[in-house]
Amino acid sequence: MKKILLILSITVACAFTAHAKLNVVATLPDFGSLAREIGGDKIDIVVLAKATEDPHFVDARPSFVVSLRNADVLIDGGAELEIGWLPPLLQNARNPKIEVGKPGRVQASQGIRLMNVPTNVTRAAGDVHALGNPHFMSDPIIAKAVAQHIAQSFSAVDAANAAFYDGNYKKFEATINAKLQEWGAALLPFKGQHVVAYHDSWPYFAHRFGINIDVFLEPKPGIPPSPSHLTEVIAQIKAQHVKAIIVEPYHDRRIAEKVASATGAKVVEFSQFPGGIAGTDSYVKLIDTLVSRLAAALK
Amino acid sequence: MNISFDGVFALAGSSARDLDHIEVGDHDPQQRGFNARNIELAFDGAVDPYFEGFANIVFKLDNDNQTEVELEEAFLQTTSLPFNLQLKAGQFFSAFGRINPTHPHTWDFADAPLVHGRLLGPDGLRGVGAQISWIVPVPWYSQLILGVQNGRGSTGYSFRNPGDGGMFFDRRTTDRELRGLQDFVWVPRWENSVDLSPTQVVLAGVSGAFGSNETGANSRTQIYGGDFLYKWKSANAEGGFPFVKWQTEFMYRRFEAGRGMNESFPVAETFHDWGLYSQVLWGFKKGWVAGIRGDYLDMEDSRFTDDFERQSRSRISANLTWYPTEFSKIRLQYNHDFLYENFFLPARDVDSVFLQFEFILGAHGAHKF
Repeated sequence: MKKILLILSITVACAFTAHAKLNVVATLPDFGSLAREIGGDKIDIVVLAKATEDPHFVDARPSFVVSLRNADVLIDGGAELEIGWLPPLLQNARNPKIEVGKPGRVQASQGIRLMNVPTNVTRAAGDVHALGNPHFMSDPIIAKAVAQHIAQSFSAVDAANAAFYDGNYKKFEATINAKLQEWGAALLPFKGQHVVAYHDSWPYFAHRFGINIDVFLEPKPGIPPSPSHLTEVIAQIKAQHVKAIIVEPYHDRRIAEKVASATGAKVVEFSQFPGGIAGTDSYVKLIDTLVSRLAAALK
Repeated sequence: MNISFDGVFALAGSSARDLDHIEVGDHDPQQRGFNARNIELAFDGAVDPYFEGFANIVFKLDNDNQTEVELEEAFLQTTSLPFNLQLKAGQFFSAFGRINPTHPHTWDFADAPLVHGRLLGPDGLRGVGAQISWIVPVPWYSQLILGVQNGRGSTGYSFRNPGDGGMFFDRRTTDRELRGLQDFVWVPRWENSVDLSPTQVVLAGVSGAFGSNETGANSRTQIYGGDFLYKWKSANAEGGFPFVKWQTEFMYRRFEAGRGMNESFPVAETFHDWGLYSQVLWGFKKGWVAGIRGDYLDMEDSRFTDDFERQSRSRISANLTWYPTEFSKIRLQYNHDFLYENFFLPARDVDSVFLQFEFILGAHGAHKF
């Protein structure tokens, strides 16, 4: 009996001293791709929402509870985008390491000034987010700040690899800084032009690149396009010479196509998330694709 | 703290004049005409770093428009115990099956399934008690739950329930105090879930409920349940649509019916009752869900016990629900009920139609999967 206990305890001790990867869970694929940039091969990452689905309405699958229970770090938006599905998962996950305020919890919007904070929060205005527009990751400068926040969290929870995480952040920062010149130059000719979008998820991208993405197929956030509203939108497109209509993978493309054929505008497939459209498996590739597609449509 | 207010109303038409005997749930439409059977005030929030609290107060208007109040749930829950444990204590729905722990306004149909209303009771199986749950450290989702509660009253329907006017299943019930651990209702459950693919999830569970009932000095009740859920959701889901959800629950109850107080009833009987329901929901377009459900309930025949609730029956339901947003819904449902002949009651067919509408105000916490 004593021998068995000895062997068992040595095995257990070995398991603990072997350096395990950091278990990271990200609610959304944009956070996931930043986590991969920073964490590299030192992390195992699980992303809860699919890149092609509506991030407001993700099923709180029981398997997510298992991932959250085992997580060393959880990255979520903190701007109520996941409020419809994340809370019950956290209630069931029983993981003190990922509670708000702990080093293992990254709320991406922390320290970020959100746009379009509503002065009057009422559901009569549709699905309005009380803290402001939560789709902030489409601005590469904000993405840099979030990446730094992630690197700080990884370093706090896994001090042994702090230099590695910090080095990866510096690489990412340098890449974004160089790319910003390129992206800015590509969209400069179209500064001030108006673009239509299905849903109001692009104000940060618009602000960064000087485009006005301020006409929407949805009459109010979360409310499906109605024939009367689409008639108004068509009139606005013609009046403002809008050339592009942005849709995301989970939107009803046929509605956008109908408006496009009535006005001569082009439907442009966008995605908030790396992986939502083909060939965009990293954050940088995603912004590359969005910028080039938009530039091509606005010519 | 989140505070919310939820009102569910239904306009009911039926070929039955006794709709409250045809419908088995207390929050189901109870009369022809307008019904307001689930007007709910819900609270939830963090008490402190150690606990979360939840409370649910439900108002119902009876057929004469009198207000009934029900403290449906009020409990606290730990947030981070070691070893993946969680403790819950207070008044709450027992973790039996899939429908029992949920609030009626979240249901996919306007009324309770037959097996749920007749075996677990019109108000579900709930009471004051405690529950411990453990997430098993395996790679898939697996949770073991053990609950214990008083099991008294109509919310312990098959257990220490004095019944209507002191009568249950025709027996005069013994109204007694707790004599030992065996008089509590013990509710164990084990549930497992795996992702079949990025778009498909299955969940399967087994549950039990064990305790005493009040039809005799030593009468016992055992209920067993099995449940299975399959859900598919499109990888490009907009607002969560399209999806398909298929849920089935089976329940079996062994009820020792004694001879009642002072041995006043002629015979002691043991009833073996069982039933199941199976429902498919198809969310075919954003905000629209079509549903179909089949119910079957088999109550053991008796030549001695004359109770309309012991009539075997089945039901087919079909409905269409429109959710303008996640905060309101309008549902049209058709039921056809088949009631089978037994020693005391004739066979009967009933048609019912319900138009149900719901609104939510305030911050209502998200519901579990």
